[in-house]
Amino acid sequence: MTIQKTLKAALLGASLAVIAATGASAKTLVYCSEGSPEGFDPALYTSGTTFDASSKPVYNRLVEFKRGTTEVLPGLAESWDVSEDGLEYTFHLRKGVKFHTTGFFTPTREFNADDVLFSFERQLKKDNPWHEYTQGAAWEYFDSMSMPSLIKEIVKVDDYTVKFVLNRPEAPMIANLAMDFASIFSAEYAAQLDAAGKKEMLNQEPVGTGPFSFVGYQKDAVIRYQAFADYWGGKQPIDNLIFAITTDAAVRLQKLKAGECNVMPYPAPADIADIKADSNLTMMEQQGLNVGYLAYNTKQAPFDKPEVRKALNHAINKQAILDAVFQGSGQAAKNPIPPTMWSYNDAIEDDAFDLDLAKKMLEEAGVKDLSMKIWAMPVQRPYNPNARRMAEVMQADFAKIGVTVEIVSYEWGEYLNRSKAEDRDGAVLLGWTGDNGDPDNFLGVLLGCDGVGGSNRAQWCNKDFEDLIQKAKVVSDKAERTKLYEEAQVVFKKEAPWATIAHSVVFMPMSSKVSGYVMDPLGGHWFDGVDIAE
Amino acid sequence: MAASSYPGYGMLRFLLSRIGLLIPTFFGVTLVAFSFIRLLPGDPLELLAGERGIDPARKAELMAKMGFDKPQWQQYMDYLVNVLHGDLGTSFASKKPVLTEFLTLFPATAELAFCAIIIAVCLGIPAGIFAAVKRGSVSDQAIMGTALVGYSMPIFWWGLLLIILFSGILQWTPVSGRISLMYFFPQVTGFMLIDSLLSGQKGAFTSALSHLILPSIVLATIPLAVIARQTRSAMLEVLGEDYVRTARAKGLPPRRVIGLHALRNALIPVITTIGLQVGVLLAGAILTETIFSWPGIGKWLVDSISRRDYFVVQGGLLLIAAIIMIVNLIVDLLYGLVNPRIRHT
Amino acid sequence: MTEITPNGVDTAALDKESRNASRAMLAEFWYYFSQNKGAVVGLAIFLALVIVAICAPLIAPHDPSLQYRDSFLTPPVWQEGGKAAFLLGTDAVGRDILSRLIFGAQYSLFIGVIVVGIALAGGITLGLIAGYVGGMVDTLIMRVMDIILAFPSLLLALVLVAVLGPGLTNAMIAIALVLQPHFVRLTRAAVMAERNRDYVVAARVAGAGHLRLMVKTILPNCLAPLIVQATLSFSSAILDAAALGFLGMGAQPPTPEWGTMLAEAREFILRAWWVVTFPGLAILITVLAINLVGDGLRDALDPKLKRS
Repeated sequence: MTIQKTLKAALLGASLAVIAATGASAKTLVYCSEGSPEGFDPALYTSGTTFDASSKPVYNRLVEFKRGTTEVLPGLAESWDVSEDGLEYTFHLRKGVKFHTTGFFTPTREFNADDVLFSFERQLKKDNPWHEYTQGAAWEYFDSMSMPSLIKEIVKVDDYTVKFVLNRPEAPMIANLAMDFASIFSAEYAAQLDAAGKKEMLNQEPVGTGPFSFVGYQKDAVIRYQAFADYWGGKQPIDNLIFAITTDAAVRLQKLKAGECNVMPYPAPADIADIKADSNLTMMEQQGLNVGYLAYNTKQAPFDKPEVRKALNHAINKQAILDAVFQGSGQAAKNPIPPTMWSYNDAIEDDAFDLDLAKKMLEEAGVKDLSMKIWAMPVQRPYNPNARRMAEVMQADFAKIGVTVEIVSYEWGEYLNRSKAEDRDGAVLLGWTGDNGDPDNFLGVLLGCDGVGGSNRAQWCNKDFEDLIQKAKVVSDKAERTKLYEEAQVVFKKEAPWATIAHSVVFMPMSSKVSGYVMDPLGGHWFDGVDIAE
Repeated sequence: MAASSYPGYGMLRFLLSRIGLLIPTFFGVTLVAFSFIRLLPGDPLELLAGERGIDPARKAELMAKMGFDKPQWQQYMDYLVNVLHGDLGTSFASKKPVLTEFLTLFPATAELAFCAIIIAVCLGIPAGIFAAVKRGSVSDQAIMGTALVGYSMPIFWWGLLLIILFSGILQWTPVSGRISLMYFFPQVTGFMLIDSLLSGQKGAFTSALSHLILPSIVLATIPLAVIARQTRSAMLEVLGEDYVRTARAKGLPPRRVIGLHALRNALIPVITTIGLQVGVLLAGAILTETIFSWPGIGKWLVDSISRRDYFVVQGGLLLIAAIIMIVNLIVDLLYGLVNPRIRHT
Repeated sequence: MTEITPNGVDTAALDKESRNASRAMLAEFWYYFSQNKGAVVGLAIFLALVIVAICAPLIAPHDPSLQYRDSFLTPPVWQEGGKAAFLLGTDAVGRDILSRLIFGAQYSLFIGVIVVGIALAGGITLGLIAGYVGGMVDTLIMRVMDIILAFPSLLLALVLVAVLGPGLTNAMIAIALVLQPHFVRLTRAAVMAERNRDYVVAARVAGAGHLRLMVKTILPNCLAPLIVQATLSFSSAILDAAALGFLGMGAQPPTPEWGTMLAEAREFILRAWWVVTFPGLAILITVLAINLVGDGLRDALDPKLKRS
């Protein structure tokens, strides 16, 4: 207990004491994170690295994903009711939830409806004084999930009841509120910052209700948190949580082996066998909720013919790609959604790798001397560790059926932008990581007619498919939705707007001393409930 | 004043003329930094949004907010005015002022560069002198051979090799970072070595030092080789001069000849060389910091270029150029001070 | 130095004389150059590299971009698990490292030649103009060079490549641009020193045009420092291109450029030392050989050092 007190006093005071000096009994977990957070206000950003450092340790949401699943559980809202017409969501808030007491903020009240209103209205209302509280503030996720047009208003019914009124019914609404942008901030802390004229600190020194409170951030080096003693879910088994920012995968592994950190994300595929063989390390693995694909431009001849697309799909050697690019950390994809997602149609048969068949199909389609471009993105993504290498494997195989491939690439932002163009020349390698576990988040966003010229990189608008997914979006019965989505996958396979390549497997190496870590199918890294043996 | 102290006046005129040269260069540098980011293909907003994409109308709105819709010349004028007021813009990613970010990260780079230059000078000058004195001997050849290897070294590869050996196989040094995570103290100066001493925590200084050693060796490699080679040739030149020969002929002990006469004159060009290494160090820092995950400005800039963090790239280029210009000015002045002849050229 | 009376010069005789002189100079140069054993070794290595690069398709055991799907990350032949077919092992997609290194020599030498070519041509032109014309033109050119020199070369090249788009061609342009000021400065200084020499004045009086004066009369007399600088730039060009490749901004995979190979290999440093070690070693040896030659050239061409 005295240790706790000493620690707190030290952190609150101007001089920050050394954590190690507070005694051997203070348990510290070091996480070698893969990059620097852009800031500490998760609503401003879209990157997982930023969420890992902000929304996950520091904040809570009204509802939370059950750890290790995409199932939604009560969070800061103990319960909720949805009106008959699906337009009103009423949340009953949890009582007795405390905000963090830190060196820069001491709360005087507990969490209530004002905090919920503050957290959402700053994103929703253009005239909210916090809408642009820091230079270049943009509510990326809130906007891209179409929240501004979806939410009509948010009403404070009483101190512990909040009602969201929608413009149209939306089946995944509750799941959306478990996402990072929906993190709940302290309105009182915001008011204090405003009074001090330091609004921008909201993005630099976060205060939330989460399991860990923020202690300090040394840019590009270290982020420190301490377990929040008054956390509504109970104090964490560890006392200190440290993020040691280490961008290089090989260096991260070195540090893990040397005991400088206890957990690391994203090992290099090449090192996986080595890690598995190390008795001091444990490796957790899970299928990622993602898909990597090659999207043809279905508006460009000859790729407007399904037979041509199908023929090329037969010329892609997925096994070679899994070996060379994923090095075992992937699984061949036959559907546009990952197998862990509900409604995955396992009855579908994949296009077998058969060069002779591919050649024959091309000839039958009347295509000769085909030359095409394959776009390979310049960056590593969770669904594709090395697009360039993947394109090279395809290039080599396509050459065998007489198709000449030129690999092109652009700077990542440029790549994303240019690949949207309806007159794009060539097929593009891209992928998607799920946000909330709903199939619509894949099929609707990536292959729906609305997405043509945007997130639908195949520029593919098929009436049969569109009817199925539109129907599935408004139906509330899950069994019926499942059937519709399964059927949509059949249409997809027949029409082949994409070559589905792979779903990656996510690995998480950690010291054998670490226990209680649960992998998140959505790709986040959570440290509540994690313990470390001395 | 001018008439009474002519040498001082000459120095002042020299100083003014050098500063006079810097002003157009500085404006040129602002123009370069400004135009680069306008020419930079890519799109920070698309990057930020990732696969999810951004609404075109929303994008136009955000671009306008940053002033990208104004005519180019007006953007440049605004930029110049801001620069002269010390405002270098705001980072897209962190939403913090570029200058603040620079000042937080600069000490890390400065510390690394400073240690590297200490290593380079303390080993390079004695090695160069030794080689010059023992001219033609096996040790001369060994030193100069090693120096040439160092000079030819791709330092990014060298860094990887050192990590494999010292951190991987031997486990003597930590892999990356500036200090063990066990230590936590306020950043007073930003220099980890000094801060760790100030904190009074046992072992903190040693820890900081052990983290610094590999990156500084890597960064020191090329300057060390250059300084050793330069010292040797400067020494050889001086040793051949008449007055040194005379001193030798007069029977002064060799140590005195080398120490007093030769060295003092040989060091003048060496000082210039050391000054010129600042640019080399900053360029080397880009690679070294990337390899060792060292949280300094080199890595910051590389990351910002790939992130298309426009104002960071623009501001970072300007600040780094300013540092190099100032260091070169100081070197020039020092050189003018020790060698009055060049003031009038 | 050839002494000529200012009046009544026979230019044909002058040319002939200078030809003889240059032959003698060449002999003298070789004498001094061959005194430096390191330089000769460097030259030998360099010539060997040139031969390897030219004959790459003949000597390389495999196609550098052919992927042997059954041999990912095969270790070198002397290590357990190595295969005789792959002397230095294979990389992550089963390409033969030795063949890639051999073809990589083409790229490195090509980069060196092109970069130095551009930098020399641009630098000499600008330097001649600045030194010969003087005045405002001189000031303008030199201020622009100052601006380029105000940035660390690698950083400037990095940003330039980001502007132009990553790739080998753009990397070469960027590196040539940052190396150029050294040539401008050297040429200008030499021209200014030579401009008022007797032989130049003589040629001018004899009616030589500006262009002829600059290119045929003055330039040959400032070649020595330019040659030395060109050699040094050759090695910096290879190093910088490799560094850009390493940072992902230079040659793009699957080009077997050494720096790019290193960048691709980085993720394997713990598991497959050979994919990291050999490309780096290739860079080091090449750059070292060129620098050895450069040192030899400097000793042989620099009259001041010749005596000592």
